[in-house]
Amino acid sequence: MAAMSSIHESALAYRGRRYLWVALALTAASVLAYAWHSPAVPPNGGTWLGYTLGTVAALLILLLLALGIRKRSYHSTLGTVSGWVSAHVYLGLALVVVATLHTGFHFGRNVHTLAYVLMCLVIALGIVGVVLYARYPARMSVNRQGRARAQLVEEVNDLNARALRVAQPLPAEFLAAVRSARDRLVLGGNAWTLLTGRDRSRVVLPGSDGASAPLANPFQATLIAWLGDRLARCQDGEVAPRIQSLLTLISAQRVAIERLKRDLAFQARLDAWLYLHVPLSFALLAALLAHVVSVFLYW
Amino acid sequence: MLTERVSIAVIGAGPAGLSAAAHAADLGIPHLLLEASPGHANTIRKYQKGKHVMAEPGALPLRSPLPFAAAVREAVLEGWDAGLAAHRVNVRYGAEAVAISGSRPQFQIALKDGSVVHAECVVLAIGVQGNPRKLGVSGEDLACVQYQLDDADAYRDEAIVVVGAGDAAIENALALSKRNRVCLVNRAAEFSRAKEGNLSAVLKAIEAGTLSCFFKSSCARIEASAGAQRGYRLTLDTDTGEASVACDRIIARLGAIPPRQFLEACGVGFPGPQPTALPILSDQYESSVPGLYVVGALAGYPLIKQAMNQGYEAVEYSRGRAVEPADEPILRERFAPLPFGLTVAGTLALIRERVPLFAEVNPLLLRELVLGSEVHAPASGTVLFRKNDYTNSFYTIINGGVDMELGDEGQQRIALRQGQFFGEGSLLSGRRRAGSALAGAGCVVLETPRREILKLMSSVDGVRRVVDELFIIRAIQSSFATDASFDELRTVAAGARLNRYRPGEMLFEEGAVADCLHLVRSGSVAVLRQLGGRDVVTSYVAAGNYVGEIGLLGRTRRTASVRANVATETVSIDAAAFDQLLARNAALRERIQDTIRERLAANARMQGQTQAGDLISFLMQQGLGEATDVLLINESLCVGCDNCEKACAETHGGTSRLDRGAGPSFAQVHVPTSCRHCEDPHCMTDCPPDAIRRAPDGEVYIRDNCIGCGNCERNCPYGVIQMAAATPAKPPLLAWLLLGSGPGPGGVAGAPADPQAAKKAVKCDMCKDLGGGPACVRACPTGAAIRISPERFVELAHGSDV
Ligand SMILES: Cc1cc2nc3c(=O)[nH]c(=O)nc-3n(C[C@H](O)[C@H](O)[C@H](O)COP(=O)(O)OP(=O)(O)OC[C@H]3O[C@@H](n4cnc5c(N)ncnc54)[C@H](O)[C@@H]3O)c2cc1C
Ligand code: HEM
Ligand code: SF4
Ligand code: SF4
Repeated sequence: MAAMSSIHESALAYRGRRYLWVALALTAASVLAYAWHSPAVPPNGGTWLGYTLGTVAALLILLLLALGIRKRSYHSTLGTVSGWVSAHVYLGLALVVVATLHTGFHFGRNVHTLAYVLMCLVIALGIVGVVLYARYPARMSVNRQGRARAQLVEEVNDLNARALRVAQPLPAEFLAAVRSARDRLVLGGNAWTLLTGRDRSRVVLPGSDGASAPLANPFQATLIAWLGDRLARCQDGEVAPRIQSLLTLISAQRVAIERLKRDLAFQARLDAWLYLHVPLSFALLAALLAHVVSVFLYW
Repeated sequence: MLTERVSIAVIGAGPAGLSAAAHAADLGIPHLLLEASPGHANTIRKYQKGKHVMAEPGALPLRSPLPFAAAVREAVLEGWDAGLAAHRVNVRYGAEAVAISGSRPQFQIALKDGSVVHAECVVLAIGVQGNPRKLGVSGEDLACVQYQLDDADAYRDEAIVVVGAGDAAIENALALSKRNRVCLVNRAAEFSRAKEGNLSAVLKAIEAGTLSCFFKSSCARIEASAGAQRGYRLTLDTDTGEASVACDRIIARLGAIPPRQFLEACGVGFPGPQPTALPILSDQYESSVPGLYVVGALAGYPLIKQAMNQGYEAVEYSRGRAVEPADEPILRERFAPLPFGLTVAGTLALIRERVPLFAEVNPLLLRELVLGSEVHAPASGTVLFRKNDYTNSFYTIINGGVDMELGDEGQQRIALRQGQFFGEGSLLSGRRRAGSALAGAGCVVLETPRREILKLMSSVDGVRRVVDELFIIRAIQSSFATDASFDELRTVAAGARLNRYRPGEMLFEEGAVADCLHLVRSGSVAVLRQLGGRDVVTSYVAAGNYVGEIGLLGRTRRTASVRANVATETVSIDAAAFDQLLARNAALRERIQDTIRERLAANARMQGQTQAGDLISFLMQQGLGEATDVLLINESLCVGCDNCEKACAETHGGTSRLDRGAGPSFAQVHVPTSCRHCEDPHCMTDCPPDAIRRAPDGEVYIRDNCIGCGNCERNCPYGVIQMAAATPAKPPLLAWLLLGSGPGPGGVAGAPADPQAAKKAVKCDMCKDLGGGPACVRACPTGAAIRISPERFVELAHGSDV
C-alpha cells in the first residue's frame, strides 16, 4: 500500500521539502566558495573561509542539538517538532559537506579530528534513524493488523486461559505442561532480547523418568512438539480430539507470540538508535568545545 | 396501625429535605422528616469515599439552618448529622413513602410499613435517583437479594448471580468475577444497551469462561436452600425450559424507576410526555396539588446548594410568607445595566410579555431560564456571534433588533425584531453558525446556554413546537437561499416531517421511489452505492446539508442508499410541498440540479476506490460521523515515541487526555482514544453545574466549576474523559537538564501534591488556551498526528487508494 493520504505530511516532506532546498543551497554555496577560494597556504580551518565554514558548522551543530530542547518544550509555538526534524535531517546532511570543507582535508590523531569523527558517527546514526523511521512504522502497522499492542498481549493471555480450560479434563500431565508453559512464558526481556525478537520462554515437561529440568520453549515450539508426540501416540478416541484442539490453541498462541515479539522488536529498534544518536551528540558537543578552545589557545 | 399528625411532612432526607425539616424545626412547626433509607442523604452517601463535594454555583449564597461548604463527603455528612441533632429535627429512617393523597390541609402519606402520616402540607424532596427496579418474583425480599454494589472487593469465593444487561450489571459482574463465581442473567439474546467497552469486555469474559451468562432468561423464583453448600436457589425461565442456579447472593441491576410515576400518582401534573419533562410548579415550588411542594433535584435543580435553599424557601412559602429567593441579588445585578429601570419581577414580566415564545412558560421556569442565561445590552454593531463559530447558545431579543447576515459573503441580510429568537440552528444541529448576528440599536438580548433551553423545550411543549417550526423554515431558507416569503415557507414547513434514525438505520434504499428530500438536522449520514455486490460508501453528509434532493425533481428512483452514521434527525420535505417553490423560482431548480450533478460526479470518482469507501465506513463505525474534529494517526509514519501524549500531559496538569496506543486502525489510519468534539456531545447530557461548554472554535471543554460527579465520564461513549487531580508543576527544563532536579519533561509526574486533592473531569480542550494549535500535533516529530474535521475524510480516503 502506498503511503497514505495527502493530508498527513511526513517530516521529510514538510512544507514542500523547504529545508531540503535550504540545505542544498548551503551545500552549493560552501562548495563554490571552497573552489573559488585560493588561499596562500593549503586550505585549512585557519583561513578566513575556514573560519567561516567552521562557524557555520558549529552553529549548525548547535541548531541540531537544539532539537532535543524544542522536542521537550511542549508549550513552544516555535514551529512544529515535525518541521524541526525536517530541518534537522536536511541541514544535518549538509553539515557533512560544510564541516569536511572546513577541515580542508587535514586529519590527524588530535581532538580536532576526534570531533570530526564523532560528528560523522552521529550523522551516520541519523541516517540509520531516518531509514528506520521510513520503513518500520508501516511494517509494524501491517504486523499488528489494526490492533493495539495491549490487545496483542491480551490475545496471548487469552489463548493461555483457553488452553488451560481445554487441558482440564485431560490426564494431569497435560494441565501441568500447559500451566508450566504459561508460568515460564517470557514476553518482555532485556534490551538485547527485545531487539533481536527472541523468545526466552521455557517449559517443564513431565518427562518419562519424572525428571523436570526446564527446557527452552521458544514460540511454544517445545510444547507443540511434545503435544504432537502425545497425539501421535494417543489411542483414546475421547482424548485425542481434545489434544488436537489443545494443539490448535497453542499453535494459534505461537502465531500471536511471534506477532507480539515482532512488534516489540520493531519498537526496540526504533528507540535504540536514538539511545546512541543522542549520547554521541553530547560527546560531540564536548569534543567540539575542546576543539574550539584549543584552537583559540593556539592563537 | 400507627398514625401520626404533623403540620409539615418532608419526604426525602437529601440536602433539600434536610434543610426544609431543619428550618421547620427552627420555626417550631410540628414536622416529620421521612427517609426511605437507613440514614440521611442517601444520594450523597453513595458518592465515592472521600469524594470532594463542591459548593457550586459559587455566587449563590446558602440559605439554610444546616451547614454546607465544599468539603469531603464524610465531613459534609457529619455536619448535617450534627445539624439534625442541634436543631432537634424529627426524623424517621427506613420510612419509604409509597402514596400521597389529599391536598392542603389534609394529606395522607402512606408508608411502606403500612403506617400513615397525616399532614397539612408536604414538601416532596425525593431527588431523581429513583427506586431500583425490583425483580418482581417470589423470594425477592430474601436477604440474598440486593440492588446495589458498593465494593466488589468485599466479596470472595461466593456464587453470585447478577441480573441485568446494562452497563451497571456488566461492570458489577466483571468486578465481582475476579474473586467470585459470577453468572449473569440477561433477558435478551445480546447486550444491546451496553457501552462498546463493556460489551467487548463482557463477551470476552464469557468466551474465556471467567463469567457465565444465561441469555434469553428471566428470574422465576428464589428460595432459601437450607443445608446446601450455597444458601439460595434461583430458578430461571430460559428459552429451553427452567434452569436452576445455586448461589449465595443475587444482585439485581435493572435500572431505576424514575420518580415521575410516583409524582403522577400523587396528582402532580407534567407539561408533556417527554421523559425529561419537569413537574409543573408555581414560582413558589407548589405543584398542581395545593399544599404539595416539590424541591431539589426533583424540581430540576441539580445542585446541593440550590436544593438546600429551596427546602428553606418552600417551608417559608408553605406558611404563606413571601421570601425573596436567594438568587434575587444575582438577578438584580444581572439586570442592572438594562435600560428598563424595573425591579427583578418587573423585568421578568417584561421578558415574558415581549417574547411570545415564553408566553406559556411558568414563572418559576422562566426565572430559572434567565438565571442560567446571560443578559447583554451590546452597542449597535456589536457581533454577537460570527458565521462558522461553533457556539450553540440560543438568543431571544428583548429589546431593539438584531441583523442576521447569511449567505457566503453575508449578502443576505435578515432583520430580526424584538420578541424574536435566533441561534436555534447550531443549538439543534451542533454545527457551526450559519451566519453572523449583529446587534442593532437599543438591542437587549438574552443568551441562553444549550442545556437551559433544551430543558425548557422538554418541559414546555409549546416552546418545542415553535422552535422546531422555525428551525425548518430557516433551514429551507438557508439551504436553498430562496427569496420565498415567510408564509410560503411556512406552508412548506407545515408539510415537513421530523424523522429520527438510530445509528446504522437506512433513510432510504437505492432503487426506491424518490418522493422527498431530507435535511439532516443533527447527526450525519453516509451515501452508499451497490458496487460488485456490496455497499460502498461514496460520501459523508454532515448536519446542515441535505440528501435525496433528486426526490424533489419529479418522481424518479433513488440512485443511492443513505444510512445514518450515528443517531440522526432529519426533516423530510415532500415533493408536493416543494413544487410551489420550484414553480416560482427557476434558479432554485437549477441550483438543485447542480448539486445533483456534483454528487453524481463524486459518486463516479469513488466507484473504483473500494478501499477509500471502506476506510470511510471504518471511520463511521468509530462514531466519527458525529465528530467535528478528530485526532488521526498515520501508522506508516508513527514511530510510537508517545511524544504526543507527553505533550498533552505537560500542557494539561500532568494527565494526558489521549491514549495513543489504544483504539482501532484500518488502512494504516489509527483512531486513538481521544475526544472528537462531538456535534451533540454526549458528555454534556447530565452535567449538574453545566460545566461542559463548546467554544466558538468548536472545542468541547470543561470549566472549573466541575463538581467531579463523573456523569460525563460515564456518558461519553468514546471513553475519553478521566477523573484526575492536578499534579505538581515540574522544574524548568534547564534545571532538569543541568541539575537533574525533579521529573524531566515528558517523564511521569509525581503523585498529586495533596493526595486528598479534588478530582475533576479532564478531557481534551484542543489546547484552546495555548495558541498555535493542539500540542499533540505540534509535538509529533514525524508528522503522523493530525486533527481534521470529518468533511475531509473523503480527501483523506482518496490518498489511501492509488
Ligand atoms: C456522583 C455524584 C456527585 C455529585 N457531586 C455533587 C457536588 O459535588 N456538589 C453538588 O452541589 N452536587 C453534586 N451532585 C448532585 C447532588 O447530589 C444532588 O443535586 C442533590 O443530592 C439533590 O438533592 P435532593 O435533596 O433534591 O435529592 P437527593 O439528595 O437525591 O435526596 C433524596 C432523598 O430522598 C430519599 N427518598 C427517595 N424516595 C423516597 C421515598 N419514596 N420516601 C422517602 N424517602 C425517599 C432518598 O433515599 C434520598 O435520601 C452529585 C451527584 C452525583 C450523582
Ligand atoms: C551533528 C549532527 C547531529 C546532531 C548533533 C544531532 C542531534 C540530535 C538530537 C539532540 C536529537 C534529539 C533526540 C531527542 O531528544 O530525542 C536528534 C534527533 C534526531 N536526529 Fe539528529 N543529530 C545530528 C544529525 C542528524 C542527521 C544528519 C540526521 C538524519 C539524516 C538526524 C536525524 C535525527 C532524527 C530522525 C532524530 C529523531 C527525531 C525524533 O524522533 O525526535 N540527525 N538528533
Ligand atoms: S468527551 Fe466524548 S462525548 Fe464529549 S465531545 Fe468528546 S468524544 Fe464526544
Ligand atoms: S464535567 Fe463531568 S464530572 Fe464535572 S460536573 Fe460535569 S458531568 Fe460532572
